[in-house]
Amino acid sequence: MAAPDPRFGATQRPGRTGVRPAPDGPPPPPRKRHFDWRAALAPGLVSSASIIVVFGGLYWLITSAEQWPRIKAQFFNIDHMIAAAPRVAQGFLTNLQVWLIALVCIGVWALVLAVVRSLRGPVFAPLRLIVVVYIDVFRGLPALLLVILFGFGIPALNIPGLPNSGLFWGGVAMVLCYSAYVAEIYRSGIDAVHEGQRAAARSLGLSEWDTLIYAILPQALRNVLPALMNIVVALQKDVALLSVIGVRDAVREAQIYTATTFNYSSLIVAALLFLLATIPMARLADWVNRRDRARRLQVSE
Amino acid sequence: MSAVAIRGLTKYFGTRLVLDRVDLDVAAHEVVCLIGASGSGKSTLLRCINRLVEADHGLISLGGLSITDPQFGRTGLQQRVGIVFQSYNLFPHLTVLDNLTLAPRKVQRISRAQADARAREVLALFAMDSFAASYPEQLSGGQQQRVAIARALMTDPDVLLLDEVTAALDPELVGEVLRIIHDLKARGLTMVIVTHEMGFARDVADRVCFLSQGRIVEEDSPARLFTTPEHPATQAFLARLIASGRV
Repeated sequence: MAAPDPRFGATQRPGRTGVRPAPDGPPPPPRKRHFDWRAALAPGLVSSASIIVVFGGLYWLITSAEQWPRIKAQFFNIDHMIAAAPRVAQGFLTNLQVWLIALVCIGVWALVLAVVRSLRGPVFAPLRLIVVVYIDVFRGLPALLLVILFGFGIPALNIPGLPNSGLFWGGVAMVLCYSAYVAEIYRSGIDAVHEGQRAAARSLGLSEWDTLIYAILPQALRNVLPALMNIVVALQKDVALLSVIGVRDAVREAQIYTATTFNYSSLIVAALLFLLATIPMARLADWVNRRDRARRLQVSE
Repeated sequence: MSAVAIRGLTKYFGTRLVLDRVDLDVAAHEVVCLIGASGSGKSTLLRCINRLVEADHGLISLGGLSITDPQFGRTGLQQRVGIVFQSYNLFPHLTVLDNLTLAPRKVQRISRAQADARAREVLALFAMDSFAASYPEQLSGGQQQRVAIARALMTDPDVLLLDEVTAALDPELVGEVLRIIHDLKARGLTMVIVTHEMGFARDVADRVCFLSQGRIVEEDSPARLFTTPEHPATQAFLARLIASGRV
């Protein structure tokens, strides 16, 4: 047997029963820890040094490469960047417009699809089947194929009464394609709502429709908010697919510039614009998720 | 006329027989407790009474109205029978007040002001009126269950079904919920209660039904059934409970 731990002292008596004497008072709460400069100095120095070494090394490696001046001239030429910026930015406005309009359309249309798919009862069987087929088809096709098919194909038919713009039909293709994904996200959120919620709503006399609208969907949307924010960011970049059907978005404008100057700096400008838009979106998504998480965990005092 | 009359109720889950030709009558103002081991069919029987589970065979009538007839939809069923669940099943995205008023507003088409006033009355009965603006997750389990009972009473049902309403509660919170059920009995509400609290069943029940393998094998007043059970299955069940110190 090991020697007794002296910290437990002589008061440690096994099998003690009866009323215990009240202690004098609890020990004080732990002191708030201040930032300890001395303790943090060594690890801080090491991490700073390693960052400097690694990135400095990379910088040196890249800039001292034989090809670097050519790369710099081709991709990072400031003069070309400035010259291309206005038209690329103009194109990027088109991206943003298509993105916003498509977002609204996808949000609504996908919700319709998800709701139809989660309706129960034999009456809705044909509608459910249509939605399942729709989702299978549009999720299974490359977005690029749909954009080309719709953006070139439908205007070529010249059907009277239908819009003839490639931008319009390319946008439609994006909405149809993305809705299939988003509908499945909505549905996963609907399925994640506990069955007891449906039972409670039905037992209170709510119709199938009211149960879905007032009891299930609000919880489902909250469930899938993080996944939806991800789609919002993804769509923002994929709008650039419309450039292949001649829509003059940021990528198309940059390409046009490149075609006349044989310099790729304009594409870097477009890339920076995309990052400028998507990175804040990603941070916003994080913030929304954190806030939602905090709200779920809140306990009233 | 019985508040609840059940004849030959049979239910399969797949090929498993859950309820086997159950007959049960509940008189108006009567409190009936269903007891039995897990999987004996108590909860399924309860859920058949408000048709959350559709029976395969048999008849159920509530106050003389046959609810198992094919032409009877769910319409108006909530005014005949309400149910409270083990896990409360409150709507987490709605306040306590909205939990209570959702059904009256959407089903009975009562105005929000009227529904709110009625909800506050019902909440006051259960000493929950100060929590009207709270969300369910901000309440203790006992408080949530009181709200759930209040919500079930909003539609003014003739019969209240309680499905192990204290099973999910911490022991010190069980009492506040049981007190409410005693109050409801004193008000003359007809209740069918599934419970594992034998002490409570003995106190509140007018009649106790013991289920085993989907059949009611013995029923009697709690005084008789708990002291001198006759069916071997009842004896074995009660002996097990006594051995584990639950009675």
